[in-house]
Amino acid sequence: MNEYADLLIIGAGPAGMAAALAAASSGARIVLLDDNPLPGGQIWRDGPQAKLPNPARQMRGRLEACSNIRRHSGTRVIACAGPKQLLVEDADRGWVIGYDKLILCTGARELLLPFPGWTLPGVTGAGGLQALIKGGLPVQDERIVIAGSGPLLLASAATAKHNGAQVLRIAEQACAAAVGGFAAQLPRWPNKLMQSVTLFDRHYRTGTYVLAALGNERLEGVRLQQQGKIVELECDRLACGFGLIPNTQLGQALGCELEGQAIAVDAWQTTRRADYYAAGECTGFGGSELALVEGAIAGHAAVGDLDSARALWPRRACWQGFANALNKAFTLDPQLKSLAQPDTLVCRCEDVPYAALAGHTDWREAKLASRCGMGACQSRVCGGTLQHLFGWQPAAPRPPFSPARIETLLCLDDTPPA
Amino acid sequence: MPELMLDGCALRVAEGTSVAAALALSGDGCTRTSVSGQRRAPLCGMGICQECRVTIDGRRRLACQTLCRDGMHVETQA
Repeated sequence: MNEYADLLIIGAGPAGMAAALAAASSGARIVLLDDNPLPGGQIWRDGPQAKLPNPARQMRGRLEACSNIRRHSGTRVIACAGPKQLLVEDADRGWVIGYDKLILCTGARELLLPFPGWTLPGVTGAGGLQALIKGGLPVQDERIVIAGSGPLLLASAATAKHNGAQVLRIAEQACAAAVGGFAAQLPRWPNKLMQSVTLFDRHYRTGTYVLAALGNERLEGVRLQQQGKIVELECDRLACGFGLIPNTQLGQALGCELEGQAIAVDAWQTTRRADYYAAGECTGFGGSELALVEGAIAGHAAVGDLDSARALWPRRACWQGFANALNKAFTLDPQLKSLAQPDTLVCRCEDVPYAALAGHTDWREAKLASRCGMGACQSRVCGGTLQHLFGWQPAAPRPPFSPARIETLLCLDDTPPA
Repeated sequence: MPELMLDGCALRVAEGTSVAAALALSGDGCTRTSVSGQRRAPLCGMGICQECRVTIDGRRRLACQTLCRDGMHVETQA
């Protein structure tokens, strides 16, 4: 079965939802695709241990009420099937979606940096732990250390505590001056000030980072560098993430240019390829408020409603200011590049240690020599790591972009040879 | 409340529970053994890292992005 959309939106987080709703009044046939079981992205992830905020519920309701928006959940993009055609797959089948315009709302993932013991069961990303708890992961009475960088650490801690965990430490790598300077700017965005007050935790420490996860078969404790001292804590879980990096792989595969680590866009959220737009975290980390307004601008622009798009520029500028302040405050300490030891695995799919990578000059050379980045995740984890550690820019991915079934790939070959 | 089979053991979970969470509710939460023999468990929680891949009703799926359904059969990799 094939399908056609006037507007195809990839990703149903805040940006994708806002884009679909903004474009809907035009009457365009819209398809909204997402690899999660429910819309909402990471920040509005639903589940038995999640509590969705009202705006998220309202947007979900409005999406369901729009007869010209078709939603495909649990669906991944596997390959480009031809000009303006994508091969996609869900749990049951593969098919091709043709489109006229496309909006990338592919979000961001956590930057995970390798340190000794980080592959032990019990170690997750910081946002990773929050997502798993929302999905029902039991953490009642567990002792948890949260480490890394950025406001996500506090949000993850709040979710863990709400579900009965004991958060022993929140280790923020940024120094007190940087975090304090950021907090002092918060009155410019009153709802963020309120959020930071409700999230504050007495176990929060600045200038603190993880040195090692300890344990044999499973995590048993963590060693931290805490404001110049080495501290060891026994714990059941360590949730560690060093901020967010934009998911640009699909954009790159579709020929959209990057600017730094993000998909480059203009004031209309148009990429440098005509008919391709991008909004939200894949254009640079900025939080859900920025993602919502960028998504709405992209949705309006994609259906030609430039006046409505332009009217949202001031709101975008306000939240871009917040994003800039955030990114400046939580700049990563160069010390974090030396956490991995020679035997620390960097590529978790192919189990490639740091020693097998240091000394190579680029991705391609390292890959050919070690199989780094050639496993199931297709370098989505170690690609970000190695870009941070060595400055190696990952190439555009080759299809299949995710592991796919043979039957799905066979959909590519439905035209008989001439 | 869906009831599913995890490595041959029956488990009843709350509606909307992910397979990744169900694995932690029924056992040690591990999903696979790496190429060098290490036990692994879900890492990113959001469909990126592929550490949580398991076999669900005969197909390879990500435990963190799959909701438990009544009658589902889940097998982890020993």
